[in-house]
Amino acid sequence: MSERHLVRKQDFKRLSPFLWELPTSYRPGMRVPVRLFADDRLLEDALDDKSLDQAVNASMLPGLVGHVTVMPDVHQGYGFPIGGVAATRLPHGVISPGAIGYDINCGVRLLASQVPFEEAEGLLADLASALYRNCPAGVGVKGSVKLSLNELERVCRDGSQWALVNGYAQETDLARTEEGGRIAGADPAAVSDRAKQRGQPQLGTLGAGNHFVEVDVVDQVFDPAAAKAMGLTAGALTVQIHCGSRGFGHQVCTDYVREFQPAAARYQIQLPDRELVCAPLDSPEGRRYLSAMACAANYAFANRQIMAHHVRRSFEEVLGGRVQNWDLRQVYDIAHNMGKIEEHVVGGERVRVCVHRKGATRAFGPGFAGLPDEYRPLGQPVLVPGSMGTASWVLLGTEGSMEQSFGSTCHGAGRVMSRKQAKKTVRGDQLRAELEGRGIQVRAGSMPGLAEEAPQAYKDVDAVVEVVAKAGIAKKVARLRPVAVIKG
Amino acid sequence: MPSAGFEELEHTADWALRVRGRDLAELLVNAAKGMLELAGVRTSATAGPERKLELTSLDRESLLVDWLHELLLALELRQVAFKNIQLEIKGDRGLTATFQEVPLTSIAKPIKAVTYHELVIEQGPRGLFTTVVFDV
Repeated sequence: MSERHLVRKQDFKRLSPFLWELPTSYRPGMRVPVRLFADDRLLEDALDDKSLDQAVNASMLPGLVGHVTVMPDVHQGYGFPIGGVAATRLPHGVISPGAIGYDINCGVRLLASQVPFEEAEGLLADLASALYRNCPAGVGVKGSVKLSLNELERVCRDGSQWALVNGYAQETDLARTEEGGRIAGADPAAVSDRAKQRGQPQLGTLGAGNHFVEVDVVDQVFDPAAAKAMGLTAGALTVQIHCGSRGFGHQVCTDYVREFQPAAARYQIQLPDRELVCAPLDSPEGRRYLSAMACAANYAFANRQIMAHHVRRSFEEVLGGRVQNWDLRQVYDIAHNMGKIEEHVVGGERVRVCVHRKGATRAFGPGFAGLPDEYRPLGQPVLVPGSMGTASWVLLGTEGSMEQSFGSTCHGAGRVMSRKQAKKTVRGDQLRAELEGRGIQVRAGSMPGLAEEAPQAYKDVDAVVEVVAKAGIAKKVARLRPVAVIKG
Repeated sequence: MPSAGFEELEHTADWALRVRGRDLAELLVNAAKGMLELAGVRTSATAGPERKLELTSLDRESLLVDWLHELLLALELRQVAFKNIQLEIKGDRGLTATFQEVPLTSIAKPIKAVTYHELVIEQGPRGLFTTVVFDV
């Protein structure tokens, strides 16, 4: 491990109450500054681990433009910090698989109902059990969908469109998914046999770790017009689904981090950390990774779509005939681990860049052509799940996010406590009892896994959202409070 | 460092394991044992077949990543863990491993990937040591 000193508060220049900058003079090799969105408290949290040191390392990647952006929910990852955004210029800038992460297109989907909490309260235990039964979760669990190799390759190419053709989606779901649930340029030939072997049995599964299905209630509405357009009604039930591309995506990233190791030397790229290994976007290796990443991203869109199908089935099973309308309409589906080719204005010039977002959410402002008609005047919906048992948020992208953060904002609460410490401090069974005492149904496969995700291991999501709202890189729409949590 | 040759270190989001060994073979065996312990792997008492695995990598750090990744894949795809691991190192970047497969009964927590983050195998007074970070 590196013995370099960690970044200190005095190393930063405060640009505004919620924006801090580490200049390129901070460490030799930095190509762009690092900018952190935070208040004083969240800055202190970020200084507690190596996350900002990792952002400094990321600022050394070739072809970067603007600055490396760090979100207030940042925490230490591997190579690139979780909560980091970096844009590299086309065509010669680099793409770094490790700066996107192993769980390619890990993301969140939000479904909204018009079921009032009071009408469903007595049915929540049954609903939680039905969700746990119908949404395959946990380690090594196989999905309800058995894919042949040909079908898997169709999933790679078509993403949510595959799910629609196969009866797992509604047309409106696709319109309300980032990129329509299908990233262009996917080429299954760029994906290894091993990744395909891992992907075949796992479609339609939640996995474990911090992935979850959560039933929430719309607790507070801050923007009634936007909430109405999204179908969010105060006091009504919603469902969040948080998962990604499973072993398929993990293998794609592993393969390319390995393949890029000699490539970096070939392109004479010097790296502060081998996990940041990269290749030029216009190199054969870079293009192949983009094609493989698109396959994994499409797999993840289809995965969340199938999970949404299982959630709808569970609502029908438990609420059908017992409440007036148990229909679930999609609010949005958004990635928070992805590399995207986008246009942004940098230094007054419109440039094509590859935006690496790892633990950060795209947050495009009003007028973005890729949004459905009802959202275009508002901006792109942003989904920010909190830690287990705490609030989650629905936000909107803003013009400010386009100007300041490559159209990006936060993705969650962000950890502050190590998993080792969380397991020492919290017992899973006690945590479940405490949450159930607060009226939150919990269904979980692993008690140690539950303990690692305890709310005290995370930052205060309300404080994180307050920073992005005050900094102008997102706008509040609604706050959700949990009533049932399903984990692997 | 405990006598097991590995210990879990603090890491905010993922898992980090400090590993040591008198030589590269022992370091790799200890890393495998530590990874299985971190994941909370439980196996049945029934011994499975003996297997042989050969790997060649870019360098010794890559060999460590590739070796651990092969074991993760076996856990996921074949639902087996391993005991009686014997390792022979070839040069500084190749290995031949023989081990007995044992049927997996449960895993407490899956590991997504073995990373290269700050991965350097260093020489200390009593042998080799390194820190491996796992994405979980």
